[in-house]
Formats: sequence, structure tokens, C-alpha cells
Amino acid sequence: MPGFHRGDYLLALPMMLLTLFALGVLLIDLLLDRSSKVINAWAAFAGLAFSAAAVHNIQRAFADQAARGEPSSPFFAFSGTLMVDRFAVFFFYLFLAAAAITILMSVRYLEVEDEHHGEYYALILFSVVGMMCMAAGNDLILLFIGLELMAVSTYILVGFLRRDRRSNEAALKYLLLGAFSSGIFAYGLSLLYGLAGSTNLQQISMALGNAMAPGKARVVPAVALVTTAAGLFFKIAAVPFHQWAPDAYEGAPTSITGFMSVAGKASAWALLLRIFLFALGPMRPLYVPILVFVAIATMTGGNLAALTQSNVKRLFAYSSIAHVGYIMLGLIAGTAFLPNPDGIRGILVYLLVYTFMNLGVFGVIASLRRRDIIGDELDDLNGLFFKAPTEAVLMLTFLLSLAGIPPLAGFYGKYFIFLALIESGHYALATLAVIYVAVSAYYYLRVANAMFMRTAGDRVPVTISPGMWAGLAITGAATVVIGIYPEPFLRMVNWSMHVAQNPTVAQLLR
Amino acid sequence: MNLHLVAIPLLPLAGAAINGLLGKRFPRTLVATVALAFTAASFLWAVWAAIQFADGGAAGPYIEHFATWMQIGNFQAEYGFYLDHLSMVMMLIVTGVGFLIHVYSVGYMWEEGGFYRFFCYLNLFMFFMLTLVLASNYLQLFVGWEGVGLASYLLIGFFFWRDSAAAAGKKAFIVNRIGDFTFLIGLFLLIKHFGTLDFASVFSKIGVLPTGEATGLLTAIALMLLGGACGKSAQLPLYVWLPDAMEGPTPVSALIHAATMVTAGVYMIARSHAIFDRAPMALLVVAIIGCATALFAATIGLVQHDIKRVLAYSTVSQLGYMVLACGVAAYSAALFHLMTHAFFKALLFLGAGSVIHALGGEQDMRRMGGLRKKIPWTFWSMTFATLAIAGAPPFAGFFSKDEILWRAFSSAHGSWVFWLIGLITAGLTSFYMFRLWFLTFFGDFRGAQHEEPEASGRERHASDAASAAPPGHGAHGASAAGGHGHGHDGVHESPPIMLVPLVILAILSLVGGWVGIPAVLGGGNHFEKFLAPVFEAYATAGETAPASPAEPSGPSEMSLSLAATGAALVGFLLAWWMYHRRPELHVRARQRLGELYRVLDHKYWIDEIYGAVFVRPLIGLSRAVLWRGVDAGVIDGTVNGSATAARELSDSVRHMQSGNIRSYAGWVAAGAACVLVYMIWLGMR
Repeated sequence: MPGFHRGDYLLALPMMLLTLFALGVLLIDLLLDRSSKVINAWAAFAGLAFSAAAVHNIQRAFADQAARGEPSSPFFAFSGTLMVDRFAVFFFYLFLAAAAITILMSVRYLEVEDEHHGEYYALILFSVVGMMCMAAGNDLILLFIGLELMAVSTYILVGFLRRDRRSNEAALKYLLLGAFSSGIFAYGLSLLYGLAGSTNLQQISMALGNAMAPGKARVVPAVALVTTAAGLFFKIAAVPFHQWAPDAYEGAPTSITGFMSVAGKASAWALLLRIFLFALGPMRPLYVPILVFVAIATMTGGNLAALTQSNVKRLFAYSSIAHVGYIMLGLIAGTAFLPNPDGIRGILVYLLVYTFMNLGVFGVIASLRRRDIIGDELDDLNGLFFKAPTEAVLMLTFLLSLAGIPPLAGFYGKYFIFLALIESGHYALATLAVIYVAVSAYYYLRVANAMFMRTAGDRVPVTISPGMWAGLAITGAATVVIGIYPEPFLRMVNWSMHVAQNPTVAQLLR
Repeated sequence: MNLHLVAIPLLPLAGAAINGLLGKRFPRTLVATVALAFTAASFLWAVWAAIQFADGGAAGPYIEHFATWMQIGNFQAEYGFYLDHLSMVMMLIVTGVGFLIHVYSVGYMWEEGGFYRFFCYLNLFMFFMLTLVLASNYLQLFVGWEGVGLASYLLIGFFFWRDSAAAAGKKAFIVNRIGDFTFLIGLFLLIKHFGTLDFASVFSKIGVLPTGEATGLLTAIALMLLGGACGKSAQLPLYVWLPDAMEGPTPVSALIHAATMVTAGVYMIARSHAIFDRAPMALLVVAIIGCATALFAATIGLVQHDIKRVLAYSTVSQLGYMVLACGVAAYSAALFHLMTHAFFKALLFLGAGSVIHALGGEQDMRRMGGLRKKIPWTFWSMTFATLAIAGAPPFAGFFSKDEILWRAFSSAHGSWVFWLIGLITAGLTSFYMFRLWFLTFFGDFRGAQHEEPEASGRERHASDAASAAPPGHGAHGASAAGGHGHGHDGVHESPPIMLVPLVILAILSLVGGWVGIPAVLGGGNHFEKFLAPVFEAYATAGETAPASPAEPSGPSEMSLSLAATGAALVGFLLAWWMYHRRPELHVRARQRLGELYRVLDHKYWIDEIYGAVFVRPLIGLSRAVLWRGVDAGVIDGTVNGSATAARELSDSVRHMQSGNIRSYAGWVAAGAACVLVYMIWLGMR
């Protein structure tokens, strides 16, 4: 490959290391007795650290490139199926961070649930491998395999609480619906292959460019677009493809709910952006109206449904659906007739900040789990401020951040996306989104009211493990620090947008 | 010259942090000392900075760059502080009045639980409010803007065991969010067209535009900003949160919901005068909203029985005056009234708090009366404040209200309609304020005789609260259960720590207006001249009229002044007649007015209308969205009794296992089909 001599395997090293460690965890687990399962967590953590080092190595290669004054061009491996560009590196880091925080938050939760097994950590690592393939795939086959690897791992994790009926049901539902949507998605991919005669994204983009030329029949491209989009919308849980999310989120172990809601979602977005920008770029005029429709439906459905939830996990499931709606607005602004790069930038910023604040929320919920209390009803949060003030204040920070209050991290996601909407002339959409953001304050404040303005039902102190403290400290600090000093994080996002590619993409990611 | 303005907001933040982290273990004296010391330090720093700035004699603003906040492409935002005459006035009001209210709160909250929590929130509020008024760009202003909203939410819900308090906090926050986001859209428009949010650069970019250029855009921006102001400053149609906000402790009502936070909208409009000046349409809308709010809220205030609610509607009404002044481009008049209002309205609330304190939590004026001898200090300071707000010369309110009415009449953007409505409102204000005054301090004490005082007398404050209140929460939150003596015999004057702020504010309510005595009354109108450099900057040539417009024909300022005083006098006499001389009259009047009284008593049913038009449909839709899902059995509100709940739950679970998966898959398919139909309909060629 031009300009890169370390071999293909170096590019795949982050994934290979994770796989290796995951297998290692599975083996070590057999040797461990019940009391020392925490070693699994450490092993998995080490795997993430090594993988991060490998990603850093790739990042340095980009730095070398920049030092030589060359434009940033992606590195290809395995006959061009794997494409690691800065965009992918950004997502690699995001997945690794989310997985690491999830592991920190999981240990005690699994002990309380009495389901502390090594598979749990191995599956998290496997799903991260899948996510990385989704973010760095340059080929339909690899993207699809990545998607399935991620999804299958998640199906099992959702049903990890074997003795809990809710968990089992959620997993079954998620599996059936996931399989169904994967079918639709695969059908779309096969049509794309049929159109382009290749599974390579660039080839597809070029073929579609020709197919979209004036005067040509567009039926097959349109059907390919619709089926592909439907599969993707399912994965990001956009209305009306969202039905699985509340059930899966509610039934899954809380730590996994957090993981799914951030890493799972970010990977689905990475995949969606890869396909919509890199392969389907020429079809922008066709898919923007669909996006507008789905975005409105998603914001409406998510926000309205969240208003009357009494189960916190379900509430945040709908809240995360609503956030998908806002993120979609970024894609609309970024791919509209007059595209504005702030839209795509907004998506990346949004996913970054969302990772921390939403993981924090689920961390707090997970820490409420005790032997006798599931801790996921709104009433279980009553008077938390008087029992565990630090946790309550952290939760309030996350809530305000989710509601988009400056100067907390969540503000910037909305800021860039709404700004891009205004700049690309979508005033009506911006107004609608703004109204929904105001509505969303209602259900976030319901949670805050429960914590600060109700008296606790019991006086049992909330015990928090060191791992959970670390997780909450990281997420809380990130939410505040990104808010007060966003500069380096925005620079990171800008850095990852420098993806010299085919002209369509270059136009969208200035 | 380096004024280190950053210290002014940071000092209260330090106080909040100390009390928040350690206050639980501190004795009350230490909590109070920390809170007062940091606020006092902030005030002294502000005074020092103001003196330095004034001595410097610079006409332009003093801008302090603290740090770069973010930089994206060409857009840059700073953490910076902006001191000019306008923010100086605001800064001094916020720290000065804020400090006095802190002092008062020590006495008022002494017996409450959560003492440290209260001062932590209060100091936090000071931090955000000072961030707001000293911000050097709109984004930082917006941070303060949201922050004061948060502090307000926490403080309104301070007595959280009253459900109404928790609900009121939430309501305030959510209503404000609506305004906040139109504000944010306004900021995006500014970024889109001017590429910056920095005050100095935005205004100078607008300042160099030729007159008449980009009027449409500036009107749009101005209206969006106005939306934000309507939320924060409780103007129509977003005023509904402020009366409910009275659920907070009384010092909070005084500080946040009368003197400072609610004036942020007025400040923001005045700060953005360069935009508004060039958007005459927007100015007209501002004036109409201010005018309508002033009248509307004053009429509601006529019939309220809760002493704090009268003051709340009065605040809404007075804010309407300030907005009206902004709408006729008389920003310095708006600021003048903002300042005097901060004095006398804070005093009215603190006085009302002192009354409530004396009566052990009673807020209903029908159960007061004859208190003037029992609590003379409170009585006299309240009298000063009442005279000031009613517009009696030479009290502060007279001059500032007079200035607004005169501008409403004479300004290039003004009209006799605005003046007339303002005049009527002045009369109404005088009437309901003296009604309050007579009902509270004159006649006989009615606390004991009114229908069973035990049960209904303190329903809002005691009976339901006392049982639910956590241990350790005393006096006002759970009122009758607290440590005060009750009934007539227990009425007692407040301790000195509460009276001293009252007296100081009473003096300010008298003399505070003297800085702005208009020339026609022999004064120098120093206040307007003081602010002139701010409001004359960036003005278009010939757009803003000079300070004293020549009015060859029409009534003179003097005669308008007399009319306003007359209106106040009529209001006073009517209140005297109806509530003192012939107390049975107001009962007759109520019967005679029947329907009209009912409309006012129910506050025009605005809350009910909003509930029916916005809240209920949203909740209904929420249920409708979920109807097909499994939520129907578990959402709150639909659950009637646990037996039904359990059955519904198990039903839905059964469905979940057999049929629903298929129905979900059906939804996915249906979604895809819809999109497909849409594509075909789009006309595939």
C-alpha cells in the first residue's frame, strides 16, 4: 500500500488484540473460582489498553503524514476492504473508552446479580471488534460482518441475566427483530452489489453516480437505498424502527444498557455515515427527504413517549431515541442541498459527549441495584440527594447535560447541530427540534425532582464500589470538562474530519 | 488597568462550593459567615471595580479577556468580562441587593432544615447572575442565563415536601426552556450572519451597516431574543411560571423573582439595543408585549389574597413597564426603573416575609390586619416601599415610572396608547398595593376569627406539609409545626438581622430615584447621562432621538407627571375607601362585579388554557404513542390500584411473548413500506 509499509496486520492490530484478549478471558475464566472473577475484568481492561495503544500507533502514522506535509489519506489493508482513516480512529477511541467505562461499572453490578462470568467481558471485547469493523469497513462484506459480530455479542449480553425473565425476553425480542432487520439490510446491500458489480464503497459510489445521472431509471437504486436505510434505521433505533429499543434497554443488565446506548449507537452511526456518505453520497437528493421524515418521527416519538415513563431505564431508552432524532438533524444539515460541515461535525461531537453523559446516567442507575431492589423505577431514585449527595449531583449534571444546558458537554452536540440547521436554512426543523428540547426538560426534571424534591423511601445507604466511583468520576469529569473547556475535544473532532476521499465525501467533510 | 472582574462571580462560587461540600457539618453560624463573607467580598470588589472604571473616565467598555473558550473555524468564543455603565449598574444591584438579602435570609431561614443547602444555592445563583451581567459575549451570557434558571429551579423547590413547590420549580424551568431556545436560535442567526457572538464585534458590525440595511434579519434576531426575554422576565405569554415561583422561600422571591434574575431579560434587550434600534418592527412588538403584560398582570393582582401572589403579579406588571420602556427605545428609563424596582420590590418581599414570619407562616391577607402596631419596623419600611411602587413623589418609583410614561408618550417609537395603558396600570398598581397595605396593617386582626383557622387557615403551609416534612425542617416550610408562637398573641417583630436590610432598602426606596430627577422637575437626570455612552454607541445617525426631544406641541412632561400622580392618588383613595373606611364595600363590589371578578380571580384561566392546549395534549399524545406498546400497563397515571396493575402487567407480558414480536416486525416492515411508497410517489424516473 502506498506510503505505509508496516503491513496490513498493523492496521488490524487493534481488533486482533481485542480478539486475543477476549479469547484469553474465556480461557482464564475456567481457572478462576467464584471469588476472583474480577481478574477477568482486569484482563479485559488490559486488552482495551493494548488495543488503544495500537490505535495510537495508527494515529501516529497520520501525524507522520501531516509532518511530511501530505494530505491526509486513509490506510488500506486486506485488498482495500479495511480502510483506516482519521474518522475510523475517532470511533476506535470512542468505542474503547465506552467499553472501558462499562467494565469499570460492571463488576459490582454483576456480583449483585450473581452472574459474574468471564463471557461477559469477552463478549464486550468481541462486540468492540465488530464495532471497529463497522467504523473502518470499506467493503460491504466487512461492514456486514462487523455489524453481525457486534449484534450477536449484544444479543447475548442483553440476555445475560439468565434467571431474569425480563432479560431473557428482551434478548429474544432483540434477536428476532435484529435478524429481521439484518435481512432487510442484507437485501439492500445485495442490490447495491448488483448495481455496482463490486462490494467496495468507492466503486459503489461511482456506480451510483452514473446511475443517478439524469434520464436514467432510478427504481433499483431507490429500492436499494430504502432497504439499506431501513436496516440502518433499525440499528440506530429511529422511529418507526425503534420498537426493540425500550424493551431491550429495560431488560438488559443496566451496565449493558449503558454500553448499548452509547457504543452500540455510536457504531451504528459510524456504519450509517460510512454508507450514507461514502457509498450513497450521490443519492443525497433522494435520501434527505427520508431523513427529514424519520428525524421528525424519531424526535416526536422519543420525546413524547419518554414523558410518561415510570421506569428509569425505559425513560432513558426513549430519551436516547429522541437524541437519535437530533443527531439525524445533523446528517440532514450535513447532506442537504447546501451541505454544512457543521452538521457532520455536530454528529461526532454529539456522539462523543453522549457517550460520557449517558454512560454516567446508567452508571448511577446501576449503582442503585441492591439485592432486594432493582433500582430502575423512578421512585427508587427518591431522595437520593439526601442519601448519596455526590451521586445525586453527578446525576443532575448528566441530566442537565442531556437537556442541553450550557456549560455542560451536552450543550455542544445540540449547539453544532442546530447551528448547522440554521446555516443550511432548515429553520422549520430547527424550531421543531428546539420545541422538543424544551419538552425533554420535563422528563429529565422528573428524575431530578425525584432525587432532590422527594423524601427517600428507605434509609439504606447506597454503596458504591471503587470501580463504579472511577467510572462515575470519569464520566462526570468529562461532562463538566468538555463543557467548560471544549477546545481540545473540538480539535479532536476537527482532526477526524480530515478525510481526503472521493470528491463527494470531501465536499461534505470540509 | 486590570480590574480582575473574574473574581466578582468566582467569589460567590467559592462560597457555594464550601457550603455545598462541607456545610452539612458546619454549625449554622459558620455557614452564614461563609455565605455572607463571600457575597460581601464580591460586592466590595464590584464597588472597587466600578470606582476604578468611573475614575478611568473611559467612554468605551472595559473588556477583560480571561481565556479562550472555544475556537471552531472562524468562530471564536471567549471567557471574558465586559464592564460598561450598563453592566456596572447591574453588577452593583446584583451584589448590593443580593448581599442585603443574604443578610436577611440568615434570620429568615435560621430555623429551617437544609440551612447550608439554601446558602449554597443562593451563592450559586449569585455566581451565575454575575456571569450573566458581566459576560462579554452572548454565549457566556447564555451560560449565566441557564445557570440562574437552574438555581431558581432548586430554590423554588426548596420546600420540596410541598408538592406544589416541586411542581412550581419544574414549571419555571420548563417554561424558561421555551424562551431559552428561541434565544438560542437568535444567537445562531447572529453567528450565521455576523460570524461572532462577541458583544463588541457584533455591535460594531451592526453599527456600520447603513440605516435600513438588513432590517428583516435584525428584526428576526430581535424577536428571537425577545422570546428569551419573555421567558426570563415573565412577559406574556410566558409569564405563567413567576406567580407559581412564589412557592420558594420569601428571600428567594425577593432576590431572584423580583430584584435580579427576572430583570435579566430587560438587561439583555438593553444590552442588544444596537440590534433593536435597527428593527423598529421588533421594538413595536416589545412595546406591545410590555404594555399588555403590565396591564394584564396588574388586573390579576387586584383580587389576589395571598400576599406574595399580589407581589408576584405586581412584579410581572412592573417588568412589563421596563419592557415597554425598552420597546420605545428608552433603555436608560428601563434601567432606571429596574434599579428602583430592585430596591422597593425586594423590600416589599422582605417586608412580606417579615409579616409571614411574624404570623408563623400565614400568607393569606384575609387573615391579617391591624399589624401596624405589632410590627412597626416592618410596617414603616413596607409603607416606604408601597409609596415607592405606587409612584408617590418623592419616592424612587415616582421618578422612574414617570420617566417611562413620559418616554412612552414622547419617544419616536412611542404613542399615546402606550402612555394611557401605562397610566391606567399606574392607577391599578396604586390600588392593589394600598389594598395590600390596608388589609395587612390596618383594621382588626382577622387571624383568629376567620373560619376554623386550624384546618383551613394554614392549609398550604402547615397541615399537609407538617406531616410530610422531614425532621429538622421548621418554621416556614412546615409553618405551624415550627417553633414560632401562633395566633394573634404570638405576633412578634422580626429579629434585627432581618430588620436592618429592610431599613436600608427603605432608605434606598426613598432616595434611589433622586439620581434621575428629570430637568423639568429641577433635577439633572444624572442617571440617563450616566448611561448615555452605552446607548448612544452604535446608534444610527438620526435614529435615536437626542436626550431631550423637542416637543413643540402636546402636553408637557410636567402635566404628564401630574396625571401619573393623580392616577396613583385615585388608586390610593379607592383602596382607602374600599378596604379601610368602608370595609364591607369590597365584598359588595365583588358581588356586583360577579363575572368580571371570577375572571380575575381565576387569572383569566390562563393556566387552565395552557394546560388544555399544551400540557394535556402532550401527555395524551405520549400515551397515544405508547398505546400499542407494552407500556400501557406500566405508565404512571393509568395504574388504578395494584390489582389492576398486576393484571394489566401480566396481560401485556403475555402479549409480549406471543404476538408482539410479530407486530414489531410488522412495524419495521410498515415503516420500510411507507418509505418505499414515498419514493415511488416521488416519481422515480
